[in-house]
Amino acid sequence: MKRFLAAALAAASLLFASPGYTQTPPNVLIVGQIAEPKSLDPAADTAVNDFRILVNMYDGLVRYKDGTLEVEPSLAKSWTISDDGMTYIFKLREGVKFHDGTDFNAEAVKFNFDRMLKDDHPYHDTGPFPLAFFFSSVKEVTAVDPLTVKFELNAPYAPFLSNLAYPTGLMISPAAVEEYGKEVGRHPAGTGAYKFAEWESNAKVVLEKNADYWDGAPALEAVIYRPITDANTRVAEMLAGGLDVMVEVPPDNLAQFRDNDAFAVHEQAGPHLWFLILNAKEGPFAKKEIRQAANYAINKTALVDNILQGTAEVAAGPTPPAFAWAYDETLEPYPYDPEKAKSMLKEAGYDGSEVTFYVTEGGSGMLDPTAMGTAIQADLEAVGMKVKIETYEWNTFLGKVNPGLEGKADMAEMAWMTNDPDTLPFLALRTEAFPDKGGFNSGYYSNPKVDELLESARTSTSQEERAKLYKEMQQIVHEDAPWVFVANWKQNAVTSAAVENFKLQPSFFLMLQDVAKP
Amino acid sequence: MGAYVAKRLLAAIPVLFGLSIIVFVIMALIPGDPALAILGSFATPENVAKLNQDLGLDKPMVQQYFIWLGNMLQGDFGRSYTLNRPVIDEVLERFSATLILAGPALVLCSIFGLLAGVISAVKQYSWADKGLTFTVLIGISMPSFWLGLLLIFSFAVKWRLFPPSGMYAIYGGGDLPDLIHHLTLPAITLAVVATGVIARLTRTSMLEVLRQDYIRTARAKGIKERRVIYVHAFKAAMVSVIPVIGIQAGFVLGGAVYIETVFQWPGIGSMLVKAISTRDLLLVQGGVLVVAAAYVLFNLLVDVIQSILDPRLR
Repeated sequence: MKRFLAAALAAASLLFASPGYTQTPPNVLIVGQIAEPKSLDPAADTAVNDFRILVNMYDGLVRYKDGTLEVEPSLAKSWTISDDGMTYIFKLREGVKFHDGTDFNAEAVKFNFDRMLKDDHPYHDTGPFPLAFFFSSVKEVTAVDPLTVKFELNAPYAPFLSNLAYPTGLMISPAAVEEYGKEVGRHPAGTGAYKFAEWESNAKVVLEKNADYWDGAPALEAVIYRPITDANTRVAEMLAGGLDVMVEVPPDNLAQFRDNDAFAVHEQAGPHLWFLILNAKEGPFAKKEIRQAANYAINKTALVDNILQGTAEVAAGPTPPAFAWAYDETLEPYPYDPEKAKSMLKEAGYDGSEVTFYVTEGGSGMLDPTAMGTAIQADLEAVGMKVKIETYEWNTFLGKVNPGLEGKADMAEMAWMTNDPDTLPFLALRTEAFPDKGGFNSGYYSNPKVDELLESARTSTSQEERAKLYKEMQQIVHEDAPWVFVANWKQNAVTSAAVENFKLQPSFFLMLQDVAKP
Repeated sequence: MGAYVAKRLLAAIPVLFGLSIIVFVIMALIPGDPALAILGSFATPENVAKLNQDLGLDKPMVQQYFIWLGNMLQGDFGRSYTLNRPVIDEVLERFSATLILAGPALVLCSIFGLLAGVISAVKQYSWADKGLTFTVLIGISMPSFWLGLLLIFSFAVKWRLFPPSGMYAIYGGGDLPDLIHHLTLPAITLAVVATGVIARLTRTSMLEVLRQDYIRTARAKGIKERRVIYVHAFKAAMVSVIPVIGIQAGFVLGGAVYIETVFQWPGIGSMLVKAISTRDLLLVQGGVLVVAAAYVLFNLLVDVIQSILDPRLR
């Protein structure tokens, strides 16, 4: 027995002495992700989690300028837009090669879009491509010459450029698609700063430096993405030194990292809006004054400071401030004023009838929906509104909310993250976007002026003109209050002290081209 | 014995068949569909319809089931829509990870459970018995995911003796010592509850056997106490303990769901949880079938061992 114990102890000490997993090696960045990626094919992916890898491996024709949501040249050096907004001609960068050695050129661009958009393309069956509708306005892509590509649209569509900067518009090597078919998502080749090295399922995705990157080789030798689904485990890995970068830190743990010199906390507001859809078709919220009263009654500052612990800011209107060029700075959030809310309810003749409130328990961008729902219920009850909460799992919730609230509920939680100021109001505030017409206007808000502003903003090719229209739209929507505007989420990340030049982007993409870790 | 095993294996086929229907029906009954899960806020009716068509989910449920069954009988379990790879690859990879975790956990809980149970029974009402009973009770009562978090906090974050998560080191490693190093905390966590149950049962069963006449006879014949306990009594007591270890194997597989999530162990439990929440029907089907088949096989193994121990059962 004694001998056995001694042997066991010796074995155990050997284990403890195994090489320092707590030390991540220099020039290798280990990123803690929230889930296993679905694929590394940009046309197939839909989740921000996967985009965090894609944007470092691939380039699009355009990209977001550092720290903004405005587009700048990437694989396209320049472009011209016809006066009617229907034709875009891009001049491509010369001498760019995919990681598999093939040339990037106009034919490759055409291949990428035809593959996604044309049912009869020989590689269309390598999909499905769930976000292909981002480019549903594209009628035809033509390779004019090797370095010129022409897009013809079926209608003027202002968000086109910004959609090209979205990961769905990243360029994959046609040769790789031809070679691997459906499996190309596991054998990817792009033109980006890092090239694919290895994917060990449920353990890691490894990218290595592309020394020939057209925009300057990165400082890091490799980036390793680790999927860790449980937030507590992710925090433990970060604290134990197994990660260099951790995204989506739970609010409860941020202070712990802030107080520790071994870590740096990063925050960046993004194009996110958390709001309550109000049923403007029937029930109490059919009256504008009662919708406004709800906006006054809810203590948004308390929600943001206490429940979200400062990881979000109070929202003023339907457009997140991250769209700096389109955001109306003069808009003020509805102040918290329960007395005013009470008197408004009284004047509007609210009969004390109970309102049904759809709450979800999780979901992308929903932050802490159950706790927020309960706090909102308490705020509304404090001004005399009876609120009945019904809680649903996220997919069930979407199945109930997206077809419209009519006959079911008076209000519902919702959150959106978009890449263009057009997307959310166009899909969720227009009369033409009622659920039965295929949109997301689940609360049936309708204002002809807003419809008109959004239609013209979509067809205008001048950013200045669009900005003016969006600002006017925000004023009207703020006043009409079809939603309770609650919060704009700030994305966060923690890095270890060794990580340099790390910066979060308003696009929520994790750009690692300039990061170093000597 | 061979005929018995063959009969049992044949009987498993309708069980698995029925199970596949139940899983299909349950997945059809829960609200929300994969297209909705994939598209999230972009799930317009138009986009959902297009994607469902691309995924082959626009056909009636019954037709979908028979397509799946037909493919499955030819060894094709389909392709996962959330992972974009063949279901069978993912399921087998994940299931072997679960076995690597559950196997050692089952061995640990059997050894410690039996040991504690025998000591408790032989030294009934002694301090050792009281101490063990107390410890075992704590083990049974503690939620395993919480114990896991406590172990991570102390052994991984504070003292840095073990890694907090994963199966292999992310950089270097990949050999057996590396695996054992990563396995230690989750296997212990997983074993604790089952250890308690086995210990309690072994104690009761041993106490019962020790009161039997043949034990008194054995002692009267002057056989050494050690031999009386470990040969005469223990073997008899095992007859009622072995099936419980079999049941515990089921619990260990089930408990692996939490433990795998807490320790980010790439096993089949955490895969199923995610597959259900994303409505990845084919992945759920494949996963459940493999787990069920393993469970059937394990039960068979337990029955065979039991009939060897107890000739009356043959």
